[in-house]
Amino acid sequence: MAPKVPPQPSLEQSSTATAAGHGLAHAAPPKGILRWLLTTNHKEIGSLYLIFSLIMFFIGGIFALVVRAELYQPGMQLIQPEFFNQMTTMHGLIMVFAAVMPAFTGLANWMIPLQIGAPDMALPRLNNFSFWLLPVAFILLLSTLFMPGGGPNFGWTFYAPLSTTYAPPSTTIFILSLHIAGISSILGAINIIATILNMRAPGMRMMDMPLFVWTWLITSFLLIAVMPVLAGVITMMLMDINFGTSFFDAAGGGDPVLFQHLFWFFGHPEVYIMILPAFGIVSAIIPTFARKPLFGYASMVYATASIAILSFLVWAHHMFVVGLPLAATLFFMYTTMLIAVPTGVKVFNWITTLFRGSISFEPPMLFALAFVVLFTIGGFSGLMLAIAPADFQYHDTYFVVAHFHYVLVPGAVFAIMAGVYYWLPKWTGHYPHERLAQWHFWLSVIGVNLTFFPMHFSGLAGMPRRIPDYALQFADFNLVSSLGAFLFGFSQLLFVAVVILCVRGGRKAPAQAWDYAEDLEWTVPSPAPLHTFETPPTYQRPAH
Amino acid sequence: MSRIEMGNDDQRSAIRRTVWRSVAALVGMFAFAFALVPLYDVFCEVTGINGKVETSAQALVNEEIDDSRYVTVQFITRNGSGLPWRMDVETRQIRVHPGQSAEVNFTFNNQSDGVSWGRAVPSVSPSSATRHLRKVSCFCFDEQRLEAGERLELPLVFQLARDLPEEVNSVTLVYTLYPVETRKAQLQAGAKVLEGDEV
Repeated sequence: MAPKVPPQPSLEQSSTATAAGHGLAHAAPPKGILRWLLTTNHKEIGSLYLIFSLIMFFIGGIFALVVRAELYQPGMQLIQPEFFNQMTTMHGLIMVFAAVMPAFTGLANWMIPLQIGAPDMALPRLNNFSFWLLPVAFILLLSTLFMPGGGPNFGWTFYAPLSTTYAPPSTTIFILSLHIAGISSILGAINIIATILNMRAPGMRMMDMPLFVWTWLITSFLLIAVMPVLAGVITMMLMDINFGTSFFDAAGGGDPVLFQHLFWFFGHPEVYIMILPAFGIVSAIIPTFARKPLFGYASMVYATASIAILSFLVWAHHMFVVGLPLAATLFFMYTTMLIAVPTGVKVFNWITTLFRGSISFEPPMLFALAFVVLFTIGGFSGLMLAIAPADFQYHDTYFVVAHFHYVLVPGAVFAIMAGVYYWLPKWTGHYPHERLAQWHFWLSVIGVNLTFFPMHFSGLAGMPRRIPDYALQFADFNLVSSLGAFLFGFSQLLFVAVVILCVRGGRKAPAQAWDYAEDLEWTVPSPAPLHTFETPPTYQRPAH
Repeated sequence: MSRIEMGNDDQRSAIRRTVWRSVAALVGMFAFAFALVPLYDVFCEVTGINGKVETSAQALVNEEIDDSRYVTVQFITRNGSGLPWRMDVETRQIRVHPGQSAEVNFTFNNQSDGVSWGRAVPSVSPSSATRHLRKVSCFCFDEQRLEAGERLELPLVFQLARDLPEEVNSVTLVYTLYPVETRKAQLQAGAKVLEGDEV
C-alpha cells in the first residue's frame, strides 16, 4: 500500500514555483476546521463542493428509496400520503439543487483553472462564500421536514397555488433556502465566467479551450440568465403568501398559469445547466480512451451554444395541457424537436470519435460510454414527449419520470462519476481501484435500467406520477423498479469506498495519468500541488 | 489568509469589467422576470388567449343573424374557496346562431348567517372565441353584496359575433365565485354595486 497521506502539497515546493515578490501569498493556512472555512484555494473549494454534493446525493437518494419502498407494492404500507409527497418533493429539490449542480460546480472549481492554465479562480474569496452558502441553504431546507405541517409537499416544480394558497407554513423557509442556493449558483457562475474569459494561459484562444471549459462557460451564461428569474418567481410566491399580493391568485386578478410560464422559463434552461457540463466531461473522456482526437471540436462548441439558445424558446412544452393556443403549441413543439439536431450532432461526434479508435475500458470510459447510450435513450423519450398530441397522454405519468431520470441519472450523474474516476488520479495521485470501480459501474448500470426502464411501460399504461398508491396492474413494473432502485442506491456505497480508498492509497499515478489525455491539467504533477500555474504555462496547440 | 497574487493590473480590471457586466445582466434578468407579469397580461388581452374577456359592457354588433349554423354555449359555475355562496344557472347550455343575442339568468344564494361580498370571474374557452363573445350586461362586471340567506337572480346578456371562427362549434363560459373583502368593498363605495334589492 502506498503511504496513507492525504494530498498535502508542500509549501516550499509551491513557493519556489512562485516568482519573487509574492511573499505574502502563501502564509501558512490555518489548521483544522478553519482551514476549510476560510480556504480560498480552488482545489480545496472544489473538493468541498464535491463532498457536499456526495452527501446530498445520499440524502436525496434515501428520500427516493423511501418513495420506492412505499411503491414496492400497491396499497399504503409504510408512510402517510402527506409524507410521501414531502419525500418526492425533497428528493427532486435535493438532487437538482444540492447534488447535481454543486457536483458540476465542484468539478469546475477543480478543473477549469487547471485546464486553462490559471493559478486559481478569478475571485477566490467570493468562491469561498458561494460554497459556504450551500450548507446553510440545504440545512434550512432539510429542517422544514421537522416543522409543524411538514416540509414542501408540492413537487419540485412547486406550482402555484399548491405552493402558495395550499402550502404548508414552512414554505417561507423553503423560499429562503432556494434564494440562498440561487445566490450561490449565481456567484459561482460569475466567478467561472470571469476566470474563463480573463485568465487563460497566454496563447490559448477561445477555440483552444477544452470542451469542459466551453460547456461550463455556456452553462454559466445560462445560470446568469435564469437564476434571477427563479429568484423573481419565488419572491412573487413569498409576496403572495405573506404580503397579500395576487401574482398567482385568480381571485385577486392573478393567474396560476403565469407561475408555470415563469417557472419553466427558468426550468427548461435549468435542465441544460444540469447536462451541458456533462457533455464537456464526456467529450474529454471519450477521445482519451479511444486514443483519437475528438471528432468535430468546433461543431461541439456550436452545438452546445445552439442548445443553450434554443433552451429559452421551448419552455411551454412542459405545459401543453394547460390549454395553449394551437399556434403556441405548434411553435413549442417544433422548437423542442429542433433541439434534437444539435444534440444529435454531439452524439454523432462521440460515436465518430470512437469509430476505429483503440478503445480501452477503464472505469471513466465505461461510465462515459454508458452515458452516450443511456442519455440518448432519454433523449428519444424526450422527443416522444415533445409531440404535443401524444403529450396529452404522457403528461404527468411515469413516462415523464422515466424520461427525465434517464437524462439525469445515467446522464448527468454518470457523467459526474465518469469525471470523478477520470480526474481522481490528478486529485489524489492514485488510480482508483479498478476491480471495485468495475463492480460499481456494472451494478449501477443494471440498477439504473431496472429502476427506470419499466417506468416507460407503467407510464404509457397510465400510471400517474407523485401518487403513493397505484392500480393493481402496475404492481409488477413497480416491484422491478423498487428492486432496481435499492440495487442502484446501495451500489453507490461502492463509489464511496473507491473514492476513500483512492484518497488513502493505491497505484501511483504519474502526471500524465492517462496516456492520450491532452489537456493542460495533465502537465502538473499528480496529485496536483495546492498551487499550480503561478507562472502561466505557454499553451502548445496540439499537432493534429 | 493565503491569497494568490493574480496577474497584472490589466487582468484585474478585465475581471472587474466582466463581473460588472454579469451583475448588470443579473439585475436585468431579475427585473425582466417581474416585467413578464404585466407583459403576460397585455399579451393575453391582445390575443384573447387565456379566456380573459372584456370586463365592461359592450354594445351589440348590429348584424344579420347567421342562420346557417348553431353554436352551443355552455355555462359552468364554480365556487372559489372562502365564500359561502351557491351559484347556479337556469340552463346548463343553450344553442344560438352567431349574431343572435341571448339572455341567461344566474342565481346567487348566500348560505351563511352574515353579509358578504363576492364577485364572479369569467373565463372563456376555447380562447379563439374570446374576442367574439360580446357581453351587453353581466353580473361579472360588478361586485355583489348578499345579506344572510339572501337569494339574487341576475342576467347575462351576450352575443356571439358573426365573425366567430368557423371551427368553433361550442363555447364554454366558466364563472368562478371569489370573495371580496368587506373592508376593501366599502373602500370602493363609489364603484357601481349591484345589491340584492335593486333587482
